[in-house]
Amino acid sequence: MSDLKALRGTAAIAGVATFGCGETPGFTDMELLARSARAAVADAGLKMSDIDGLCTASASATMWAMPVVEYLGLRPRYIDSTMLGGSSFLAHLLPAMHALQSGQCNAVLVCYGSAQRSAQFGRREIGAARRWMDPQPYEAPYEPMQPLSAYALAASRHMFEFGTTRRQLAEVAVAARKWAGLNPEAFMREPMGIEDVLAARMVSDPLSVRDCCLVTDGGGAYVLVRADRARDLPKKPVYVLGNATAVWNRQVSSMHDLTVTAASQSGREAYAMAGLSAKDMDVVQLYDAFTINTLLFLEDLGFCKKGEAGSFVENGGIAPGGHLPVNTNGGGLSCVHPGMYGIFALIEAVRQLRGDGGERQVTGAVTALAHGNGGTLSSQATAILGTAAAL
Amino acid sequence: MAQEPIMAAASGVQAIHQAALDEGRFLIQRCRTCSQHVYFPRESCPHCGSVALEWVAPSGRGTVYALTTVRRKPDAGGDYNVSLVDLDEGVRLMSRVDGVAPHDLKIGQRVQARVQLSEGRGLVLFDPLPALAGAAP
Repeated sequence: MSDLKALRGTAAIAGVATFGCGETPGFTDMELLARSARAAVADAGLKMSDIDGLCTASASATMWAMPVVEYLGLRPRYIDSTMLGGSSFLAHLLPAMHALQSGQCNAVLVCYGSAQRSAQFGRREIGAARRWMDPQPYEAPYEPMQPLSAYALAASRHMFEFGTTRRQLAEVAVAARKWAGLNPEAFMREPMGIEDVLAARMVSDPLSVRDCCLVTDGGGAYVLVRADRARDLPKKPVYVLGNATAVWNRQVSSMHDLTVTAASQSGREAYAMAGLSAKDMDVVQLYDAFTINTLLFLEDLGFCKKGEAGSFVENGGIAPGGHLPVNTNGGGLSCVHPGMYGIFALIEAVRQLRGDGGERQVTGAVTALAHGNGGTLSSQATAILGTAAAL
Repeated sequence: MAQEPIMAAASGVQAIHQAALDEGRFLIQRCRTCSQHVYFPRESCPHCGSVALEWVAPSGRGTVYALTTVRRKPDAGGDYNVSLVDLDEGVRLMSRVDGVAPHDLKIGQRVQARVQLSEGRGLVLFDPLPALAGAAP
């Protein structure tokens, strides 16, 4: 771990951007990605010709880095298209830090775009194709409504072991909606209460449609450079203090304990690299594909003890004005969720640390945690970020 | 039930497992090196890396570990159960518990495996076991 500690703070996020969050008929995945990428590079005060490292992933195209290189006109010396589902764009951080530190490259663009909401070839078709291209022969015959049913299974076990309630799950959705109400970019901003979630259409018990993330379009991108260079660029640098990725399984049926995710490992390792712990985090972004995710990650990332996240979120505990600001953009539940959300969690953490949060700004935020999840509680990537004051 | 080691077989374990199911037999694996049971079937033991895996017939008895009811319109077949079941041999699998209304099934329910054949293809399903008199809840 000593080597990783030496990487702490050596790279910084110099530019971020989102584009088309919500509903953007007429745009392809690549166009959403390209507009985000261009805006993130401009935000960093760089030109596309300065980019010599590329990280990207797609939920459908298995060779996605190549068309992205071609489309953006890049000649990258560093390419990472590791696909771990929604956590990918957080998992891309540490290898990119190594590449920057070794001098392999000087400016890494991490980018994603998906027209999942508007595309003709949408979620249903991708699901059907995946049954052939990414078979899960020991689960598929039972027709779980994936990924939703995997998270419903985890929720059922959390409720059984710890007495967690549907009302506590609903607190997560309501908190996200309250934050979304403060974010002009959020897709769903109309007020929603606990009773609305409890009365919503059930999809895979105990999760209702309001326990599930949105299906939107959107693109997101960020630019990572060495810390010394970031200090000469226009925007306030956001330093990467720690990052770790963990995978223990693919299928939910292969999880040893449905109430403990690999976030317990990725979090521990990211905190160790950063020399910080949960109590040091000023603002927290957790990949909330489903309400149970937020509870599991609050526990696995050390914000409360195992089994206590239900009471932790009660009475607006993670809503604006609560004791921990979580998913301040409205999260995947109410802000944006174009297939894979991880990059948006990181972008919101950066915006908070820059002080660009507008009405939803967490005053004086110096440290932030951004956490990504992929598959069916399968991959977990944790990033600890901070301003210069955290170095 | 012990047979020659997996690696001597002429086809992969997924096909062997399915062929047995298609004959109505539910097989799991047991590692001769570390003695742990393995499911889903592997070419090597995920616990110790050994290739000395053998096929064994489990007792078929297990316990519901987690469950969900997938909602479906009545004219499409209605709601159905998806469960994770822990076999007494210590392995977990996804399946469906039949013979009880999905909303009445509870975590902790003792269940018994059976192989259902549909158009020649075998699938492991479970039925509830009656509670034993005097058994711990």
